[in-house]
Amino acid sequence: MSEVAIKNLTLNFGPQHPAAHGVLRLVLEMDGEVVERADPHIGLLHRGTEKLIEYKTYLQAVPYFDRLDYVSPMCQEHAYALAVEKMLGIEVPERGQYIRVLFSEITRILNHIMNLTTYALDVGAMTPLLWGFEERERLMEFYERVSGARLHAAYFRPGGVHQDMPAGLVEDIYDFCESYPKFLDDMETLLTENRIFKQRTVDIGVFTAEEAMDWGMSGPMLRASGVPWDLRKSQPYDVYDRMNFDVPVGKTGDCYARYLIRVEEMRQSLRIIKQCLDEMPDGPVMAQNHKLTPPRRGDMKQSMEALIHHFKLYTEGYHVPAGETYTAVEAPKGEFGVYVVADGTNRPYKCKIRAPGFAFMQALAPLSKGHMLADVPAVIGSMDIVFGEVDR
Amino acid sequence: MDEALNDLGAYIAAALPQDVIDTQVAGGELVVRARVTTLTKLLAFLRDDSNCLFKVLLDITAVDYPEREERFEVVYILLSLSQNQRIKVKLDVGEDVAVPTASTVFSSANWAERETWDMYGIYFSDHPDLRRILTDYGFEGHPLRKDFPLTGRVEVRYDETQKRVVYDPVKLTQDFRSFDFLSPWEGMTDVLPGDEKASAGEEEEAEGA
Repeated sequence: MSEVAIKNLTLNFGPQHPAAHGVLRLVLEMDGEVVERADPHIGLLHRGTEKLIEYKTYLQAVPYFDRLDYVSPMCQEHAYALAVEKMLGIEVPERGQYIRVLFSEITRILNHIMNLTTYALDVGAMTPLLWGFEERERLMEFYERVSGARLHAAYFRPGGVHQDMPAGLVEDIYDFCESYPKFLDDMETLLTENRIFKQRTVDIGVFTAEEAMDWGMSGPMLRASGVPWDLRKSQPYDVYDRMNFDVPVGKTGDCYARYLIRVEEMRQSLRIIKQCLDEMPDGPVMAQNHKLTPPRRGDMKQSMEALIHHFKLYTEGYHVPAGETYTAVEAPKGEFGVYVVADGTNRPYKCKIRAPGFAFMQALAPLSKGHMLADVPAVIGSMDIVFGEVDR
Repeated sequence: MDEALNDLGAYIAAALPQDVIDTQVAGGELVVRARVTTLTKLLAFLRDDSNCLFKVLLDITAVDYPEREERFEVVYILLSLSQNQRIKVKLDVGEDVAVPTASTVFSSANWAERETWDMYGIYFSDHPDLRRILTDYGFEGHPLRKDFPLTGRVEVRYDETQKRVVYDPVKLTQDFRSFDFLSPWEGMTDVLPGDEKASAGEEEEAEGA
């Protein structure tokens, strides 16, 4: 038989592809159906957030953080709020801290529902998506009731949260906590021991602990590889140090381990939410320094000083003393950090956003090498990619 | 917390006296100033030394100070899981200086350096694949430099006659407005506007006398 020369095939995946979770263009070099090399082309959703923030006051920069990872908005506001508070040296009242932790965990469930159910869709299961989005809608109603917006909340602000929770919300969140485990159990009966789901995810996209650290992984991606690391435990912010919860850690470092970790994280989030609801004290939700946080609307009708404060805050904003900080939170996807450099004016001199998804996207090449083409969407789905934060 | 960071800073400075310019703790965060030539040696030390073990390189970025002689400050943000510490390594580089790549030490540096190249135009030598990453194919300029306009230089639209997307120079219907909020009432100096005339008059009188 004569020798046949086989040429590698270059395959263009995206930029519009339902399994790419957004606008990802992947250039794949294929040897038959095996991926030899993957070259993600990102930046199709680049909006220049970091440049825009340099031209906004500190308060005006908050809504940009909602629009990064648009399925977990409040966690990103949290990182920014903590960074600015750190430079201003202000303390958030206890109730404000509890509300922030409460809504961070609601955000975590919101994010994980989105990720797990669309992931199941990517590998062939449709029902979890239909069930999950009903639960997700209930959570977004909680968002709406505190902030007025279902997605882009702009609720966490430097100094606390914008408004106190409306009456009756605590009871409704509690009801949600009671009924939600039922959905989780239902979803798990569909997926966890499902033969097809396991065939698609077990031993796919494996990272060892050393590799995961080398590639800058964080969050569930890092924990799936057996590294017990969670910023809520190791570097607690707000009132996380008072919360009693466990951090699930995987053993195998594959896509299936990441799935299991996210499911368990949702159960732990429910625990944290319940503790927040039980322990939440009364009091103000925002720091009461009106040079930095707005006065109450009622006061503005009576007090000249409050009126002046309000006017100054919403035109000029406040000046942040010169300095810099890198502050990170455990966002649902991983470590979300903000590196802010202040020069003493009312606008950040520089604001670098460290998005977990950027590092994950980079790791797609080593994770998918040697796998089949059909495994590439499985790897992308398990990484929990949202292009808003990758491209910024 | 600060004490541990001070100790760590002193330890790093003592271990690599030639490669570290200085270390300082500001706002509870440790900053190590490094030299361009021996950067990779320092990073490898931070990763491998048993008292450091900064095994995760979270990000690389830069800050642009156009008025400085060495315009850019490149910042490496590292995390040590076993020590539960963070550290920032900083480099001062000019516009035409090539920074040695950190991707030989940390795999995650690859894209982070591509982004820094894209956004600031800082060149990383020996980088395996230094292409633009976030901006458009064929983009010109480095958007996060302070002298790059916020609106950019080109805008795109679909041209019906040519049946393709065309690039035009940005046309603004209204000038971009940037307000100067530095209020004269805060941070007042002891000189009131107009006072300099009075003192000039006095000086003239003094000279005349």
